[in-house]
Amino acid sequence: MLEVDIEMRRGSFAVQVAFASDAPIVALFGRSGAGKSTVVNAIAGIARPTRGRIAIGGRVLFDSARGIDLPPERRHVGYVFQDALLFPHMSVRSNLAYGESLTPASERFIERGRVLDLLGLHGILDRGTRELSGGERQRVAIGRALLSSPRILLMDEPLASLDAARRAEILQYVELLRDELRLPMVYVSHAIEEVTRLADHLVLVSEGKSIVEGPAGEVLGRPELSPLTGRHEAGAVIETRVARHDEAFGLSILAFADGELVLPNMDALPGEPVRARIRARDVALALEPPRRASVQNVLRAEIVRISEAFGAIVDVELRIGSTPLIARITRKAATDLALAPGTTVYALVKAVSIDRRSVGFA
Amino acid sequence: MPTAAELDIVLLSLKVALCALLVSLPVAVAVAFVLARKDFPGKTLFDAAVHLPLVLPPVVVGYALLLLFGARGPIGRMLEPLGVVLMFRWTGAALAAAIMGFPLLVRAVRLAIEAVDPRLEIAARTLGARRWRVFFTVTLPLAMPGVITGSLLSFARALGEFGATITFVSNIPGETRTLPLAIYTFTQSPGGDEAALRLAVLSVLLSLAALAVSERLVRRSMQARHA
Repeated sequence: MLEVDIEMRRGSFAVQVAFASDAPIVALFGRSGAGKSTVVNAIAGIARPTRGRIAIGGRVLFDSARGIDLPPERRHVGYVFQDALLFPHMSVRSNLAYGESLTPASERFIERGRVLDLLGLHGILDRGTRELSGGERQRVAIGRALLSSPRILLMDEPLASLDAARRAEILQYVELLRDELRLPMVYVSHAIEEVTRLADHLVLVSEGKSIVEGPAGEVLGRPELSPLTGRHEAGAVIETRVARHDEAFGLSILAFADGELVLPNMDALPGEPVRARIRARDVALALEPPRRASVQNVLRAEIVRISEAFGAIVDVELRIGSTPLIARITRKAATDLALAPGTTVYALVKAVSIDRRSVGFA
Repeated sequence: MPTAAELDIVLLSLKVALCALLVSLPVAVAVAFVLARKDFPGKTLFDAAVHLPLVLPPVVVGYALLLLFGARGPIGRMLEPLGVVLMFRWTGAALAAAIMGFPLLVRAVRLAIEAVDPRLEIAARTLGARRWRVFFTVTLPLAMPGVITGSLLSFARALGEFGATITFVSNIPGETRTLPLAIYTFTQSPGGDEAALRLAVLSVLLSLAALAVSERLVRRSMQARHA
């Protein structure tokens, strides 16, 4: 259980963040400069809150009321920085050994061979840090943190300095670690697709405040999210399982509580849990199911709410049974179809529009 | 080839300069770290005091040492019962050289420490290292080229130290007559020109050798970093 309830000042900037979770991955999501890094720095003991409490698994790291403030080296927190921060005067091997050698053998719970296997580090042990690619650097940084046998792994925008291919690579490693090591993680990001893919518990941070927190699936569908993701990225998340693959057409069919989604083939076995994010702008509405149309996903839904109409666009909140979905349509369309809360509609989602990057293994 | 007498002078100079470096290095590294990484009231004043030997006339520094470490000086009187006498001894020459080279050493080490990304130190701490271990395993190794450069500067400064030395420990053959003092003595005695020239050439060779050694050390520490 990670418990954070802190207040702090950074110049004129006030940070006030509170959340508690025992989810495998807690994500702090918000724009750059929202104060996310300050929060992880406080957990790591690098920045000191003016007031509050931080505890991991009941072990208090910071408590202003009781005057507890453990130094970073006694917090047992693994920190993976955005730019890796490998020690430039040491080889990969020595970097990895740094934290490991400072951890008494009795407290080590992650074996070196296991970490090297998981992160694919065997081949680069004798290299210098300057001979590494961005993805390799980040993998070494993760390995170095893991080998100090931390009680939690903090990752501050670990993908920010990587190109798209390396990002996908590191994301897979993070998922692998989550599944293999059962080590709680705090993942900081301003990229909605990373958060959608990884987070179990989501904390939205805006202007230094935690404005919403809760299970990721729930928070990702909240309207508070859209100012943070930008209008174009607003959307809903549906928790699904892979039902089957249509090999002939290269499609995957995902089943959720109230229906099915079809999307281009994804690399997952039937039965695996998958989280699919559907952007509001990719959802069209019809009053009747279209009969001869290319659209693959036609979902019967009920309108819950229509956002206030400013300008040309409205957001229509829907429920497919109990599953929320958001459709972004023109105000003219809403008027033409006489849409109102309670109306039954058909939500049309093109299979190819589902954001592949955000489809993750939950 | 240098004569035995000349060799003695060179060896004495080397002994004085090396001792000066060994004594001042740990202090200088500590002072450089404090100046590079810490903020405290009076830091500007402290910084100025460290740089004082660089701007004061060396004779003034020598005179101050004489006042402090002399037989009647406050520190000299404290040290005397312990059997430590610096005045008119080669150890006093080493102290004078150490103090004159100190600002050069601090400056080079401080610049090198400032160039070390402090976030690397933070990373080391999150991995479980205490401050002192972080210093010796991260900060100092990364600042090593600066430490070596500073050592060379202060060593060369010690080899050439004249004013503070002659004021504090006088010009005693075999005890405090280092290369510069010997050269000066020969230039002051009739017919000493050739001897002065020979010593001057020796002193140039010595400085070049020190430069070559430090270049090698810097290159080696850089290579270690790229390895």
